[in-house]
Parts: sequence; C-alpha cells; structure tokens
Amino acid sequence: MKVVSGVVLRAGSWSVRVSPRAAGLSGVLVLLLVVVSGLALAVGEVRLTVGEVVGALTGEGGGADFIVNTLRLPRLLLALLVGAALAVSGGILQSLTGNALGSPDIIGLTNGAATGALLAIIVLHGSMTQIAVGALVGGLATALLVYLLAFGRGLGGFRLVVIGIGVSAILLAVNSYLITRATLQEALAAQTWLIGSLNNRGWPQVGSVAVALAVLLPLAFWYGRRLGMLELGDDTARALGLPVGGTRLVLLVLSVGLAAVGTAATGPIWFVALAAPQLSRRLLRSAGAGLLPAALTGAVLLAVSDFAVQRIFSPALLPVGVATGTIGGLYLSWLLVSESRKSRA
Amino acid sequence: MTVTSEISEAPPTTGPARLRAEGLTLSYDRRTVAESLGLTIPDHSFTVIIGPNACGKSTLLKALARMIRPTAGTVYLDGAAIASYRSREVARRLGLLPQSSSAPNGITVGDLVARGRYPHQRFLRQWSTEDEQAVAEAMRQTGVLELADRPVDDLSGGQRQRVWLAMVLAQQTSILLLDEPTTFLDISHQFDVLDLCADLHEQRGHTVVAVLHDLNQACRYATHLVVMRAGGEIVAEGAPAAVVTAELVEDVFGLACRVVEDPESGTPMVVRAARRPGGRSTG
Repeated sequence: MKVVSGVVLRAGSWSVRVSPRAAGLSGVLVLLLVVVSGLALAVGEVRLTVGEVVGALTGEGGGADFIVNTLRLPRLLLALLVGAALAVSGGILQSLTGNALGSPDIIGLTNGAATGALLAIIVLHGSMTQIAVGALVGGLATALLVYLLAFGRGLGGFRLVVIGIGVSAILLAVNSYLITRATLQEALAAQTWLIGSLNNRGWPQVGSVAVALAVLLPLAFWYGRRLGMLELGDDTARALGLPVGGTRLVLLVLSVGLAAVGTAATGPIWFVALAAPQLSRRLLRSAGAGLLPAALTGAVLLAVSDFAVQRIFSPALLPVGVATGTIGGLYLSWLLVSESRKSRA
Repeated sequence: MTVTSEISEAPPTTGPARLRAEGLTLSYDRRTVAESLGLTIPDHSFTVIIGPNACGKSTLLKALARMIRPTAGTVYLDGAAIASYRSREVARRLGLLPQSSSAPNGITVGDLVARGRYPHQRFLRQWSTEDEQAVAEAMRQTGVLELADRPVDDLSGGQRQRVWLAMVLAQQTSILLLDEPTTFLDISHQFDVLDLCADLHEQRGHTVVAVLHDLNQACRYATHLVVMRAGGEIVAEGAPAAVVTAELVEDVFGLACRVVEDPESGTPMVVRAARRPGGRSTG
C-alpha cells in the first residue's frame, strides 16, 4: 500500500520523491517564463520578429543586436533574478515565522535598505554601486536589529513580525526625514531610487545579482527540506535530529541576503516577496514552502509586471511595484476568495 | 562520507545501561528546576516517571533526549556523553514524542508519519524501500494506516495523537521517550497507547520511558517507576509494588489515600481516601 503522496523515483541506493503537482506547476511556470521572455524581448518601441530576437541572442548581430542585448535582455534578466530572489526570501521567512506577513518588505528590510541607500545618496553622494552597497548594508543591519530585538524570548514568529513592523515604521520616518535634509538634486536621486524600478539598469547589476544568487539560491533550495521539518515545531524537529538553532539562523541569513541583494539592485519592489510564495503555495495546495515553484512564480510575476508597466502605461514611467501589487494582489485575492468558497461548499 | 553503518546498534546488554544521567542540574527560563539528579534507565524496561505538576519530570525527559542542555552534569547514551553525538545520530538511537507538535497545514497522515524517517534520509536518498516499510509498519501498529491519505487537520484528537506516535515509531529507535503520550485521549485510547508501549517493550525489547499523570496506569504498566517530588528530587525508584505506598503518595502528591492491590493485575492501586463529613479527609 502506498502511504506517502507523490511519485518515488529509485535508482540503486538513490531515491527521490517528486510531487507531480509541484513538477507540473514548475513546468507550466517555465513555459510561462519562456513566453513572457519572448514577448519582453520582441515587443516594444521597435517590434522584432522571433527570428531577429533569436539571431541577436545567438550573436548573429544585425540591427536587433543593440535593442536585444543592450536594452531588453539585461532588463529582463534582472527582473527574473530579482523576482526569484525576493520570492525565495519571502517563502523562507513566511515559513520560519509561520505567518504570511513574515515577509522581508513587511518586517522592515526593504525600508532598512532604503535608509542605507538614502544615506549613500545624501551623505556620501555615492555612485550607483555605492548606493547598492548602502542598500545591502542597510538591509542587513535592519535584519540584525529586528533579530536582536526579537531574540530575547526565542524567535516566536508573531513576535518577529510585530517588532519588524515597528522597526519598519520607524525607518520610514527616518527616510522621510533624510529626504527633507537633502538638496533638490539629491532628493530627486533619492526619489528615483525609492520608486523601485528596472529602468536604467544594465549588465553590471545583472552580473552582481547573478553571482550572489549563484551562491544563495542553491543553499536555499538545499536547506528548503529542513524548512519543512521546522514547521513541525522546534521540539519535534529537534527530536528528529535537526539542529534547530543553527538551521534557523542559516535560513534567516539566506532570506535576508536574498532580499537585500534584490533590493540593492532595483530599489524597493513591494509585494513580490509577500505574494509570490503565497501564490505558489495555493497553486500547489500542499504543505511546505516549495521554494522552487515560489522562485519561478516570483520571476514570472516580476517579468510580467515589468512588461505591463513598460507597454500598457507607456510612456508614463510607472514603478514596477505598482504592477506587482496590482497583478499579484488581484490574483491572490481571487485565489483566496475561490478557496474560501470551496471550503464553504 | 562518514555516514553510519552502525545505525542504532545496541551494545551488549551486560554493560552499563544505554541511557543514564549523572549530576544533572536542569534550568528552565533561568529557573533551576532540579539539582544533581542521577538516573539510570534500565535497558529493555518500561520506565514511567510520575510526580506532581511542575516537578521537572518533562524537563528531565527533555534533558535525556538532548532537547535541552543541562546547566551541569552529563547524560550518557551508549557509553558516550549525549552532547558529543551528531543530532541525526541521536535521532537514530533515541526517539522522543514531545508534549506538543504542530502539523503543517494540509499535510496528509502518511506524509507526516514519513517525516519520522528524516534521520535516516539524505539528499539523494529521500524515500528508500526501508523508509516505506518502516512507515507502513508504524502506521499499522498504531492503527492509522487506513487514514494515510487523509489530511491531519481532519482528524480527532485521539487519532492525531496516534499519528504522532506513529511518526516516532517510524524513526525505528530502540529507545523511546514519551512525554505524556495519553493526554487528549479518551480512556480507551489511553489504554491502547499504553498497551502499544507495553508490546514494544515486551515483544521487541525496546526501552520505553514515559511521563504519565495517572498513578494507577503508571503502576499497572511500569516495570520501573521513578517518583519525583516538587523541586526536582527523585524520591523513590524501582518496581511499583516495592515503591508505591500510601505514605509516599501523601508525601509527594499531598493526597490522602489507601494503596490496595489492583484486582486485575495485582499491581498497587491508589484509592483516594473518602471525605469525612464536616472536614478534610485524613490519610
């Protein structure tokens, strides 16, 4: 008799458990990713054919080379990478805190990164790279602060969320104050960064985010299995041989790192970290964080949103966060409503 | 990799006991619960720990399972300090059912019991045939095999407790520590769980250690009884018939009673003294 869900693949002493639903969902998301990427590369001020796009990508040059490889491809890649980073970060933190509000943008990391960036702009008059570093440091420092404040009585999920919301509100006030102290020019630069967008980003940002994710994402997926064990409660997880304290700390650092790297590259993009893991969790209809589907959902959500703000509202420069909030929020509400209808029926 | 072919191999029974504690001082929330406790769990016994609320019995059980670190003293497992083992290695030798656990939303019974195999699994050995057999057997023993596809959220309290027990059994350790395994259960399920523990101890030679509240159940099932007093002191230890007296119960629980022979099992049975009209009962 089959006792566990999913399909088991065995070869010699190796065995892997696969959930058909997770595999199916990931497949669909990858397909969506390809379609969205194709659209994002082909459609724009200048409309390209599939042949031209493929030609440019494979280095056969032609007139499309500049449009695809310099303008559209880095922007698309950055959307995909940052979307995945934010989604995995949110997925880990929501699972650790056992609370859907336990996402990096809610508990203050995003505002903390903004504080770091504003200081770099206003005090140091920094370059693009220095602003990114400032945001990274700001995000990490905020995480440390929230962690220390919440640490006294263990890492109770709700406590962390409440303290995080408090810290976030304080930092928002600090950010507003910083802008009032800035010159007009600095305030403009600050405002541009605060909008959170993929405009004016290029290969350097793609490169640094890609390098960071190449380290952080595999670790996150590796530790994802332990995340499921932590959901059993500390005592049970420990009794089953999981070093609970160390595991939790590693996962927390990974989550914070992913959020900070993403925010440093693009500025604050709201709602992806909150909504993407919730969306994929509901589509999976299963327990566990499911970090891979969450990452794909985040990538698709951000890429679709960026495409939407570029094409639908052009020429107005709408922050991509507006679209992630609208698209992700509407879809999540619809899922929640249909879910509660089903459970009532 | 140095992964273990010596999975939970029991040492020869003639040596010192597999699980024992020396000079334990236990604290909980910076409050000292017990001081210089010594305890040896006899191999292949069904040891039951009893005592009034907040006397430190659960804390002691947690220390034996390395869930908390004693402020002083050492717990020895198979001859070595338990703190020197890797977490997974402890979990392959010793299973613990904590007082409370939480089931992830929407998880099925089979998937939850399967989590008990975690200490035996690796990244590329996620579900071996041994895992499958161990889980099916644990579910059969606890009578939850038919519930395999049901979400845990849908179960009654009694069913849920048996599912958690199945998870610990799936761990396939020959030492089992159970923290109040009969809470949330109605009387017949309480005895089901205790019978199951007795079977594990009698038929498989497992060492079972349980914290129980019911004195008469403790007397009936325990082969070795450990009585703790408020303040974390072990006041008596041994076979229930040799240990349980009216004086001890009065002393430890402040309960006036008589101890008679259980007509079914011949073990001691604690009977509350009758209330005298107009006053408190006396012992």
